Amino acid sequence: MPSPKFDIQAQPGFSFVALFTFFALYLPIAALVVYAFNDSESLSMWGGFSTRWFVSAWNNTAVQDAAWRSVLIAVWSAVLATLAATMAALATTRSPNYRGLTFKYAMINQPLMVPEIVTAVALLIVFSRIKVWTGYSGLGYLILAHTAFCIPFAYLPIRARLESMDLTLERAAADLYATPWKTFRRVTLPLLRPGIVAGFMLAFVTSLDDVVITEFVKSGGQDTLPTYMLGQLRRETTPEINAIATVFLAVSVLIVVILFLLNRRRQ
Amino acid sequence: MDKVREAAMAARSKDVRNRWFLSAPALLVIFVAAVGPLFVMLLYSFMAKGDYGDVRFGEFSLDGWFSVFFQRDLFDDTFGLADAHIAIIWRSIKLSLSTTILTLTLGFPTAYFIAMRPARNREIWVFLVTIPFWTNLLIRTFAMQQVIRNEGLLNNALIWLGVIDSPIQIMYTDTANLLGMTYVYLPLMVLPLYASIERLDFRLVEAGYDLYATRLQVLRRIIIPIVKPGLIAGSILVFIPSLGAYVTPRVLGGGKNMMLGNLIEMQFGGGRNWPLGAAISITLMALVMIALLIYVRNASRNGGGHA
Repeated sequence: MPSPKFDIQAQPGFSFVALFTFFALYLPIAALVVYAFNDSESLSMWGGFSTRWFVSAWNNTAVQDAAWRSVLIAVWSAVLATLAATMAALATTRSPNYRGLTFKYAMINQPLMVPEIVTAVALLIVFSRIKVWTGYSGLGYLILAHTAFCIPFAYLPIRARLESMDLTLERAAADLYATPWKTFRRVTLPLLRPGIVAGFMLAFVTSLDDVVITEFVKSGGQDTLPTYMLGQLRRETTPEINAIATVFLAVSVLIVVILFLLNRRRQ
Repeated sequence: MDKVREAAMAARSKDVRNRWFLSAPALLVIFVAAVGPLFVMLLYSFMAKGDYGDVRFGEFSLDGWFSVFFQRDLFDDTFGLADAHIAIIWRSIKLSLSTTILTLTLGFPTAYFIAMRPARNREIWVFLVTIPFWTNLLIRTFAMQQVIRNEGLLNNALIWLGVIDSPIQIMYTDTANLLGMTYVYLPLMVLPLYASIERLDFRLVEAGYDLYATRLQVLRRIIIPIVKPGLIAGSILVFIPSLGAYVTPRVLGGGKNMMLGNLIEMQFGGGRNWPLGAAISITLMALVMIALLIYVRNASRNGGGHA
């Protein structure tokens, strides 16, 4: 019989490996951030604390351009994806199984199943031909492609929210002679809002982070911040890239923290 | 009575019709910008290659598929295996399996550790794993580069400690690919594992100890079999993106250590062999589908996965 001090949950070495993993998870990010404040031109030497690389990144017109384009694409795709995903979630929950439901699930989750590089070259094939046919080579292609792969990310939290929602309130509204539209606007939509906000933010981050599909779909001069950085990584980099990455990181972390807090308050 | 039933059925079919209208935008966007192009790519893989990229439209050819595995000798026109392609496919599979094993080795204890924290702290630990997951993959790869490059943190630390005299070349090797992918995909292993371990019923573990099991026996005979669905979910979630990795091998692996993703890119860039690129893409997709099928079969046998 184990002694009273015997901890049945303990496994030798597990805590050590776990703490090492957390350390290893954050060490590279910390290194990246620290070197963003390096005054020295080269990445290998520490030349004292400085914020000059942030200033130089801020004044770099190529960076400004790419950042603005990234945000523009992310806002458009997140809005469109959230809209489509909300409608799709309403259509695929709170109903007995009907013909085509499985098909819809499969379609909506499809972008998650196929490797990004495969989707990227498939889009390159199709869009390059359409670009020649129509002569249009604007941001529309990128927004369309981003919307498609953002839909599953927006769909997940919205569907989860809908499935855990109480139907009685909507029935009560209907009993009180609310039209279906009024019930939707005054009861369903407000209850659904946290799911929609979460879905929008996930879609936004997903679009903002994308490298591969953007790299293959973009026309000349349509760099987003990630593809700009990918291009820069090919050559000797200066801490300017670290500075850009640090700001990018800060924005992503901020969004994730907000999501976390929203989620926590709800519980 | 019949009228009531008819009315109910009419209402139901109207509801289903509305549901199709509601899902139409999402389905349409995904069809146009994800599923449809895959079919076009399948067609392209059976066409003759154009001289400057693209294909000769409508001209049927099996050359693309043929060159995935074979090559024609320039001089005597005999066939041989396309060694370079097979080496890359093999490297991709090998590296993805290694990544899966390494993430499992690190991820299992981590997930276990989180699940054993007091309930109110667990959320914070999980969140610490989630943060890197939601930050840009390219930035995380770049962050890894800061650690493993010749003047990077790791080499500097080892030299400072006196373990080595001159930097070890890690960048542009398979090790760099392995470390990078492990770093980037680790959260995908920890999260489903944690979901499984968190539900573990410790009365079973206690019973094991009551029957004089050692810690290792408890781990091997009780804990691991119970959390197996999470283990498989995590492994698949890591294996699949590793197989299709593009950014990490491009940044860390360099030109000599290509993986499938980079081989595909090459056919659409300098290689100018679109049908071959399309055929390799479909091969990659098939490998992914096989992995997914194994997962689905396993999940249904275990009464639903925990992913």
